[in-house]
Amino acid sequence: MRAGWSYVGRRALFALITIFVAISLNFVLFRLAPGDRTSALRCQGCTEEFKQNLRKEYGLDKSIPAQYVIYLKQTATGDFGRSFVTEQPVIDELWEPIKNTVPMILLGTVLAITLGVATGVLAAWRRGTLSDKGVVWGGLLFYSLPTQWLALMLILYLAGPLGLPTSDIADPYLAYNNPGAWNEFVDRLKHMILPAATIGLVLFGEYTLIVRSSMLEALGEDYILTARAKGLSNWEIVRKHALRNSMLPIVTLIFLSLGFILGGAILIETVFNYPGIGLQIYESVGNRDYPMLQGAFLLLTLIVIIMNFIADLLYFKLDPRVTE
Amino acid sequence: MSFVDPPQTALPDVVRPPSRLRATLSFLRHHPQAVVGAIILLAFVFIALFGPYLAPYGERQQVGPIFGTPSSAHPLGLDDGGIDMLSLLIYGARVTLIVGFAGAVVAMIVGGAIGIIAGYFGGKTDNALMRITDYFLVIPDLVLMIVIASIWGRSLRNIIIIIGLIYWTFMARLIRAQVKVVRERAYVKRAQALGASHTRIIFKHVIPQIMPLLLAQTVLMVALAIFLETAISFLGLGDPSVTSWGKMIENAFSRSAISYGAWWAIVPPGIAVALVIMAFNMLGTAVEDSLNPRLKVSHLSRRHFRLRPLPDKEDRS
Repeated sequence: MRAGWSYVGRRALFALITIFVAISLNFVLFRLAPGDRTSALRCQGCTEEFKQNLRKEYGLDKSIPAQYVIYLKQTATGDFGRSFVTEQPVIDELWEPIKNTVPMILLGTVLAITLGVATGVLAAWRRGTLSDKGVVWGGLLFYSLPTQWLALMLILYLAGPLGLPTSDIADPYLAYNNPGAWNEFVDRLKHMILPAATIGLVLFGEYTLIVRSSMLEALGEDYILTARAKGLSNWEIVRKHALRNSMLPIVTLIFLSLGFILGGAILIETVFNYPGIGLQIYESVGNRDYPMLQGAFLLLTLIVIIMNFIADLLYFKLDPRVTE
Repeated sequence: MSFVDPPQTALPDVVRPPSRLRATLSFLRHHPQAVVGAIILLAFVFIALFGPYLAPYGERQQVGPIFGTPSSAHPLGLDDGGIDMLSLLIYGARVTLIVGFAGAVVAMIVGGAIGIIAGYFGGKTDNALMRITDYFLVIPDLVLMIVIASIWGRSLRNIIIIIGLIYWTFMARLIRAQVKVVRERAYVKRAQALGASHTRIIFKHVIPQIMPLLLAQTVLMVALAIFLETAISFLGLGDPSVTSWGKMIENAFSRSAISYGAWWAIVPPGIAVALVIMAFNMLGTAVEDSLNPRLKVSHLSRRHFRLRPLPDKEDRS
């Protein structure tokens, strides 16, 4: 158990250092950006004196190390500055979109895991057969499709026949009719299906291929031979021995793909005009709204780092040998 | 009773390893997906090289109405500016492939060099380099690319550098693990004992051993780089002066090809990207598969598992 705590401690320390590096990188990256907080202010009438005062207020007249210290203090208190466009605090502007994005990518990821594990196990089990080949080619195909293009294809060919909305998060007219909680929920879900399906399908390709090869690797181990010699049925071997042992790489993969999922969310929310963090980033790029971009980048990186720390804890639960 | 060395002629003939050509042919025979991938790729490389001679119309030449429907003169229809889609697709091949190859090569050179240094020398160098790659592994890559691209500005060169800068870490990790294995091999130890310099050992003994892995990873990296180019272009951060497939998808989307019902403006570039990425993935995974002998045995499938009597003691000697 001692070794376990030292493992958890080391991973926590790593997470903290990574967070610090991310925050520092954020500072460096945006110091390289042209202009500063005052140059993009939307006031043509601002005098140079006014801007100078503003710079003093923000601490922009100080040396770079001093600015870095100010920046660290601001970040620690959750102050990411104000959006150039809405002039509201960045943290408030990011909170609402994040709440919209999380259920959407959760739905998509659950879809991908279910599909990916089921087909991956099937393919490894029936290795070399037609169903194996079908899964491998299908996986390769979905893994190769550009996310934004797949989203456009769903709009072109699936949205019409299924009668699903292709834009926004809720029907704007629904609110006038006093719909009740259930109808509102159904409406939300309908708007979520296509974006979630896109992310689910893109991830499915990657997951199924990895599940398959990690299952194949497990099936070649000696303990499978032992299990077979004991007279266990194929189903029992797969469920009790192979799948359980190939869980570790699969869990690793799911957590490592979180960065990819967030990247995909940017593209998908742009296509579906879904008001999440991804659409927010897309609009900030168009508006050259650096504080928003900076805040969103930092927030997403923090989420990924924390999720990775949780993954580390999960490994420990799945396989106590990782402490070595 | 003689201690004289046996005559040289008594040595058995050295078993020659199969020639490179024969090894390649046998690899292709066992991995039909690699053949399919290679054929698709060669076709696209041909199009990229001779694009200007193959394209029926110019890259910026308006030849008909906006979103003109496909016809015999324009088999893939026209885009939002009345430009022939087939010609655009052909011109786009070059830019897309250049970004893919260049991004992957930058990643390969940087990642390969760092992976070799970390794996070969080990110790503190290794530790420090691996901490850096750990960091890059958790960062959401597309978000970082967006941030850098919007700060540096929109150009092809920047996209290539960004792809290389972010993805060298993946390469470095894999190469490092492999180099650590090679470093412990007897011939490397022998070369060290004979006083060969590190540079000589790395170039003579280490790099040839990790070359297949390096190439397989580079091939997979090209697919990733093309994927990212389309994503970056789609978000409006692509090079405004050139035509790439990613740009074509973005154009169709932002000029509302969907509401026009102009499927021909969206479907072909996506299929082209998917075909190329799939071809690279097929090639890369085939090479990777053949490098991983652990996947060859399965105790579950009957094809690969047969009970047979253990050989007799005499036979085993």
